[in-house]
Amino acid sequence: MNIKEILKDRILVLDGAMGTMIQRYNLTEEDFRGERFKNHNKPLKGNNDLLALTRPDVLRAIHAEYFEAGADIAETNTFSGTTIAQADYDLQEAVYDINFLSAKLAREVADEFTTKEPHKPRFVAGSMGPTNRTASLSPDVNRPGFRAITFDELKEAYKEQAKGLIEGGADLLLVETVFDTLNAKAALFGIQEVFDELGKELPIMVSGTITDASGRTLSGQTTEAFLTSVSHMPLLSIGLNCALGAKEMRQYLQILDKNAPFMVSAHPNAGLPNEFGEYDETPELMGEQIKDFLNDGILNIVGGCCGTTPEHIRVIAELAAQFSPRSLSPLLKAHSKLNN
Amino acid sequence: MKQNQPLILSGLEPLVITPESNFVNVGERTNVTGSKKFLRLIKEELFEEALSVARDQVENGAQIIDVNMDEGLIDGKAAMVLFLNLIASEPDISRVPIMIDSSKWEIIEAGLKCIQGKGVVNSISLKSGEKEFIYQATQIKRYGAAVIVMAFDEEGQADSYKRRIEICERAYRILVNQVKFPPQDIIFDPNIFPVATGMEEHRNNAVDFFKATKWIKDNLPGAKISGGVSNVSFSFRGNNAVREAMHSAFLYHAIKNGMDMGIVNPGMLEVYDEIPKDLLAHVEDVLLNRRDDATERLLDFSQTVKGSTKQKIIDDSWREEKVEDRLSHALVKGIVEYIDDDTEEARKNFEQPLEVIEGPLMNGMNTVGDLFGSGKMFLPQVVKSARVMKKAVSYLLPYLEAAKQAGARSQSKILLATVKGDVHDIGKNIVGVVLACNNYEIIDLGVMVSADKILLAAKEQNVDIIGLSGLITPSLDEMVYVAKEMEREGFTTPLLIGGATTSRIHTAVKIDPEYSGPVLHVHDASRSVPVAGALLKNDTFFDSIKKEYKKLREDYLAKREVKLLPPIEEAIANRQMLNWNNQENLTPNFIGTKVYNNYSVEEIRNFIDWSPFFNTWMLKGKYPNILTDEVVGEEATKLLKDANTLLDELIANKSLIAKAVVGIYPAASKNESVQVYKDETKNKVLSNFHFLRQQNKKGEGRFNHSLADYVAPKNEALGGYIGGFAVTTGLGIEKLIAKYEAGHDDYHIIMVKALADRLAEAFAELMHQKVRKELWGYASDESLDNDSLIKESYQGIRPAPGYPACPDHTEKRTLFDLLEVEKNTGIELTESFAMYPAASVSGFYFAHPNATYFGVGKIGKDQVEAYAKRKNITIEEAEKWLKPNLNY
Repeated sequence: MNIKEILKDRILVLDGAMGTMIQRYNLTEEDFRGERFKNHNKPLKGNNDLLALTRPDVLRAIHAEYFEAGADIAETNTFSGTTIAQADYDLQEAVYDINFLSAKLAREVADEFTTKEPHKPRFVAGSMGPTNRTASLSPDVNRPGFRAITFDELKEAYKEQAKGLIEGGADLLLVETVFDTLNAKAALFGIQEVFDELGKELPIMVSGTITDASGRTLSGQTTEAFLTSVSHMPLLSIGLNCALGAKEMRQYLQILDKNAPFMVSAHPNAGLPNEFGEYDETPELMGEQIKDFLNDGILNIVGGCCGTTPEHIRVIAELAAQFSPRSLSPLLKAHSKLNN
Repeated sequence: MKQNQPLILSGLEPLVITPESNFVNVGERTNVTGSKKFLRLIKEELFEEALSVARDQVENGAQIIDVNMDEGLIDGKAAMVLFLNLIASEPDISRVPIMIDSSKWEIIEAGLKCIQGKGVVNSISLKSGEKEFIYQATQIKRYGAAVIVMAFDEEGQADSYKRRIEICERAYRILVNQVKFPPQDIIFDPNIFPVATGMEEHRNNAVDFFKATKWIKDNLPGAKISGGVSNVSFSFRGNNAVREAMHSAFLYHAIKNGMDMGIVNPGMLEVYDEIPKDLLAHVEDVLLNRRDDATERLLDFSQTVKGSTKQKIIDDSWREEKVEDRLSHALVKGIVEYIDDDTEEARKNFEQPLEVIEGPLMNGMNTVGDLFGSGKMFLPQVVKSARVMKKAVSYLLPYLEAAKQAGARSQSKILLATVKGDVHDIGKNIVGVVLACNNYEIIDLGVMVSADKILLAAKEQNVDIIGLSGLITPSLDEMVYVAKEMEREGFTTPLLIGGATTSRIHTAVKIDPEYSGPVLHVHDASRSVPVAGALLKNDTFFDSIKKEYKKLREDYLAKREVKLLPPIEEAIANRQMLNWNNQENLTPNFIGTKVYNNYSVEEIRNFIDWSPFFNTWMLKGKYPNILTDEVVGEEATKLLKDANTLLDELIANKSLIAKAVVGIYPAASKNESVQVYKDETKNKVLSNFHFLRQQNKKGEGRFNHSLADYVAPKNEALGGYIGGFAVTTGLGIEKLIAKYEAGHDDYHIIMVKALADRLAEAFAELMHQKVRKELWGYASDESLDNDSLIKESYQGIRPAPGYPACPDHTEKRTLFDLLEVEKNTGIELTESFAMYPAASVSGFYFAHPNATYFGVGKIGKDQVEAYAKRKNITIEEAEKWLKPNLNY
């Protein structure tokens, strides 16, 4: 069934944190290396994306837990699956495999659930993180004109990732945790080129990150400017994730609700990190806050980011089922039609 | 059918343009084609200041800023990328959307890759057909920008209502139906053209624009309208009252018809309601083409509009005033007629002749200094004032001597010199005059002055300040040397640095560290007075300058991006391989040299490019617009009149002799060198020219140029030729100057030098045309007017040694030997390879249609080593001459 049709009827639930769940497995360096990277020159523990190649069983189990908890959409474990991010591990050559296999295994788990529960089809969103470089900021305060990465380099990296995800069987692409809109624009440009090359298009979700109380992205844009800057693509959804908890995110989601000609998504953290860097907002507490914006009718897709677990998603899914999704204002509908 | 989708743009913040929005004002000062100041800042890499131009615009209410880097001498793509990157780091600027303005697609695309927000591309059109249009629009959509589409197609620019709507509709259909471009992101520029030009076909220009605007808004849903408004009043340049009324009336009607945004200078806009009713009626008659005689009527009426015409009555009433006031008036107005009489009268009123100077004359000069300092007087006027002052002083001189008062009161002394190896002194002379006007005693040592002479004179005369000037790049090193010598000899005298190639940053980085006394760069003559004053009167100024330069130096060294250059082999591999087939017409009509002994200055005169002439006089603007400029127009007109009178005189008296030598030879290139042969057999070698190659990393489709690439290699059948030339119009100038010096006439000294310079450039332009059309003859059917010549829109180039394409001045020696320039023209080379007389130009000719000007830019040590080897000089020697180009 087409996800766009389903979104008209109900709020869809995105899964929760992957990293938090992987930590529960206490994996060792050997787990990360597996056979293939036994003799790799750099330590690989912590390179979660690599597990698609070395411990696919762990990822399968986590996806299954989230689907079990009520998630409609699983995110592939490919947040750092670009040549730029993998360069830290000297694993650029593994990038296609990471994306292809991650998508493939998520696809397989999703299909199992869809077969079991045909009334609730499960989807796979290929996760595309921001990389660790910024295209519109200089890392060196003394050289404001300098850039550590260019648009073209980002575009190429994202193209390779998108190709792996699509060919691995993802239903959607999720450009997420956008802290620099120029990075996201490069991703969208690359995605469009891959679409052209493959002769196939997938719905695209974009999710930005408001870093602090200033209400702006790391690269300085307001929520509305961010929305404007990525609206040239006929997106499935625009949203916010990470950095903030549900409570702090609300006002910015209202801006998206008001202005976005697309579906609106949110996957906040489990609150703000405590003094030990842990997210300790309980599923119940987070659920209460999410309930507020479900009540406002400003969301179409909801899920969790850092610190969230299947327990959080279960609460969120139960809530989501009780509320109707956001509907586009007539003006935005016209705009949306024009764009699509 | 009508859609109300807003156009939404963004910088760090959104800009929503709805049909209800007010007119959106686009800032246009960050445009090198529109702002001389901005161009200079970019050329001189003063990006901090360039950013402040952008910041000012945003602070003054620009809702979008237009950035344009289309200029031949700058790397437009690199400048666009760097400037947009810098803007991105300034939240107070980057909060508004960017309009990326270029006629070059590669610059537009590079710009699109730098902006995180949704900007506007300015512009694309159907000029080169649908295929290119569709491609560019598709890419722009992918980059996420809105687009301005010019009403321009394969046939040309739309100049009627019908053509405007035809082209816009066609473009719109293609964009919306084929490219799927969001209609609200399409902005049409349906061409604003001047009205009231006197040409029948221009009468409906404004009406056509209004009608086209309305038609587009009614029939092309979502589309927006933009344009550059000041064009409409072009024929009323000089009459701002009428122009301002025209702009606001035009906007009033254009906005009523649906215009959404545009480039408008807010300083040139009257409030519509405040336009006097009669003026408005006349203006609207023209704009709306309501009467057959509308243009004539507005022209007549404009004469009556206040401020438009200057009453020309000779007012002699000042002759009635007190003698002190008359002297002051004569100084401020630069009137010499009565100065001897008035000075005599004043002398009788005072006990001592010196009191005349210290009293009324200095008071008058102080007024001049104040007016100049506050921008109310211009340099040509100040120079005339100085002449009056000098004349008065020389009248008093015998009395002063008699009273043995001379030197009783010591003025501050300033020594000025153009350094060794350099002959250029117009700027130095101007500084001398301006300082003299402010009561400094000037000791001018002239040109080509060696360090030991400067130091000796400074000691003997006990000067208070030393000022060094120079125009060519080797002079920079000479200045460093003078600073070192001053340090060695224990000087503490302040050192001022000025001249075209000098800069604040060079002074801070290279000169200041060599000398423990105060060192200061002086940007132009107008800065020399406050700087000299501060140095002599203010003890803390010295310290603060030292500190400032130290900081500048440290910042520079910290910020300097040592870009790694690719190896020279890589640059050579990325050379431009020109097509030498079918280049039969590159075979010259003539081989050898041709000497012109006494060329008609009258004929040369027609080739003068006047804009730089005004620049010399520190009047900013482009000829001929400068003549009607609001601020300097009047002075510029006067200056031009004086220049032409002097030219008439020079020509009638045959005071300046123009000589030239040109040569065309068979040649063959090998990498960066060109071997020159006596004849087509290519057996006897006459000379070897050694050029350099751009070594920076190039983007796709861009080449690492070297002038040698414009000459065919030996294995090619066609195109193996090079030309050379040397021209001068400075012979005889010394006699003229001696004459003016005798009359204390600095105005004419500067004038004659500036004119000789212009004539030399004009002569070079003329000879180049002669070479293209006759001697070489590869463009025998070329027909260009002077404007096109100035814009260099012809085939082939004439680069000069010492300039960006071949920065090594020493190649001039080889060129001079080949053409026997000394013997044939009398031009000589100094030890720094400056030409004397200064009003001379020399260079090479390259004829290939792809030959273009470029800058070599930074080069690596590997290239310098190879270059030294080819030229058979030491690496140190090569580095000395290529210093500004070294990347290490």
